[in-house]
Amino acid sequence: MSVYRILWTPGSDVLVGRCHCGAERRGEDPVAVWAWLLAHPDHPEGAGE
Amino acid sequence: METAFARNQWYVAAFADEVGETLLARTICGEPIVFYRTASGEPVALADRCVHRRFPLSLSQRVGDRIVCGYHGFTYDPSGACVAVPGQRRIPRTARVPAYPVVEFDSLVWVFIGDAQSADPATVPRAPWLAASGWTTVRGLEPLAARYGLLVDNLLDLSHETYLHAGYIGTPEVAETPITTEVDDDAGVVYVRRRMKDVECPPFYARSTGIAGRIDRWQDIEYHPPCLYLLHARIAATGVEPAADGSDPHAFHAEIVYAITPETATTTHDFWLVARDFALDDVEVSRFLADSNRTVVLQDVAALNALESVIAAEPAGCQELSINIDTGGLAARRLLRRQVDA
Repeated sequence: MSVYRILWTPGSDVLVGRCHCGAERRGEDPVAVWAWLLAHPDHPEGAGE
Repeated sequence: METAFARNQWYVAAFADEVGETLLARTICGEPIVFYRTASGEPVALADRCVHRRFPLSLSQRVGDRIVCGYHGFTYDPSGACVAVPGQRRIPRTARVPAYPVVEFDSLVWVFIGDAQSADPATVPRAPWLAASGWTTVRGLEPLAARYGLLVDNLLDLSHETYLHAGYIGTPEVAETPITTEVDDDAGVVYVRRRMKDVECPPFYARSTGIAGRIDRWQDIEYHPPCLYLLHARIAATGVEPAADGSDPHAFHAEIVYAITPETATTTHDFWLVARDFALDDVEVSRFLADSNRTVVLQDVAALNALESVIAAEPAGCQELSINIDTGGLAARRLLRRQVDA
């Protein structure tokens, strides 16, 4: 099942993107975090911040 | 911002009791449609345009289960086939108006816009509370002079309640509480969850539930693009949790449903319904919730109508800015875009 999640860390501005493949990326821009997630399976290094 | 429609999709066209003996005209995704119900109770949706000289069938007469065009008498059966023309026996082979697939679930009439051959009623998303025992529903339909995408943005980001709906459903904590966003890419569903603990109870719920103190408030959104938006709201006195078996008898539940149906590229049918599992027979609570929710919807309508005017006047290439609160709206936009491009 292809489920993508973005959790907004309480008490901060940090978003944590979690891909169904297990990859995870922290960031503070939802556009960038979505782009990083949706690049599955080729999640770029360094993006999403 | 583009406004193309997602075709080959089901859209809510009407509340079930709007479709009856009289002819109902409603434009869905730019397509004028006439709706009625046969004597046996089946809803019918036909293109609202006589093949002869374009006269709207919705301005015509029903004779039994047929529509007789009010201009020259072309007569159509519920399948859209022309069965009589004036003054001659031969009915031209092309004398037929398109019939739309139409189904009825949960007190809503859905119409399929697109290739009728691909219409599968099993894909209609459901909102069973709207017609289930143990629930009471109030509802309305407001015309929105704005493109449907603006209403999707609005409903996927409920932080706006704090600013646009203060005094009704908005409290400071809504905008302050982080959300969790989830996209089931295969099913094409967006989930946005906001769980607030020990917060102020807005008048909308204080007056309807009778809770006097602070509350735990859940806003669990489930959006099935393009049309159906479900907000599973849970309101409970602070500290009251669901039982281990999933039952939740000490909380109040409201299922707030929107059907976001494009009328034209820049206008939308804004269907809203509020179903509750408390005060089921309390007419005063029904009246209060109906009045309050309509007020809230009209606040949104005024804001989105203003946004539409801004968009209409802006130069090409104007940029938006998205922040954390927009995480769900961005996900919805992507799924809508995928449906439009399909």
